[in-house]
Amino acid sequence: MKNVLKVLRAERDWSQQDLADQIGVSRQSVNAIEKGRYDPSLPLAFTIAEIFGLKIEDIFSNEKD
Amino acid sequence: MMHRSPAVKRYNLRLVLFMIVYVVLIFGVGYLFRSAPPTGAAAWIIAILPALPILGVFWSIFRLLVEETDEYMRSMLVRQSLFATAFCLCIMTVWEFLQNYEVVPAGTGGFGAAFFWFVGLGIGGIWNALLLRREAGDE
Repeated sequence: MKNVLKVLRAERDWSQQDLADQIGVSRQSVNAIEKGRYDPSLPLAFTIAEIFGLKIEDIFSNEKD
Repeated sequence: MMHRSPAVKRYNLRLVLFMIVYVVLIFGVGYLFRSAPPTGAAAWIIAILPALPILGVFWSIFRLLVEETDEYMRSMLVRQSLFATAFCLCIMTVWEFLQNYEVVPAGTGGFGAAFFWFVGLGIGGIWNALLLRREAGDE
């Protein structure tokens, strides 16, 4: 899965740790999700979407690298 | 920096407690069997005592898998545990066939399934640490 987390973070001037703290996971998790190395569960994807005030499909897409 | 969640802190505390109990029991029971060997049912019960903290360590690891709320870190722990299980099964299976054909002597010399499972867990842990370090370098 691809995502635009890095872009959304940059728009808000948040570090990976800032985002990790808000969604209640480790910075390593945010990094793995951002790089597309780990696909979050649906509950975590919903939490991330809520933090950014967006829909899941606005952040994640089912494209391959 | 490695992940240190409340679940990992609880795991570390449990691990230390079980290891302290293990050290006390392994020396205590060993001394007892050398100086005044128990017999009958007592021998069975006392001989099992040092195994109990090892079972406690297994319980601690599996509680960590349940209690860790960070799903990415939990997935790495699950992979680490599966690697340990596969490593242990492979070593013990090969070893048993070597024993079956009397290529190596019977007995484990104290290195049983638990030992190799923990070795596998250690290798899996090193692999995870290297992976996290590499990912940190990619940021």
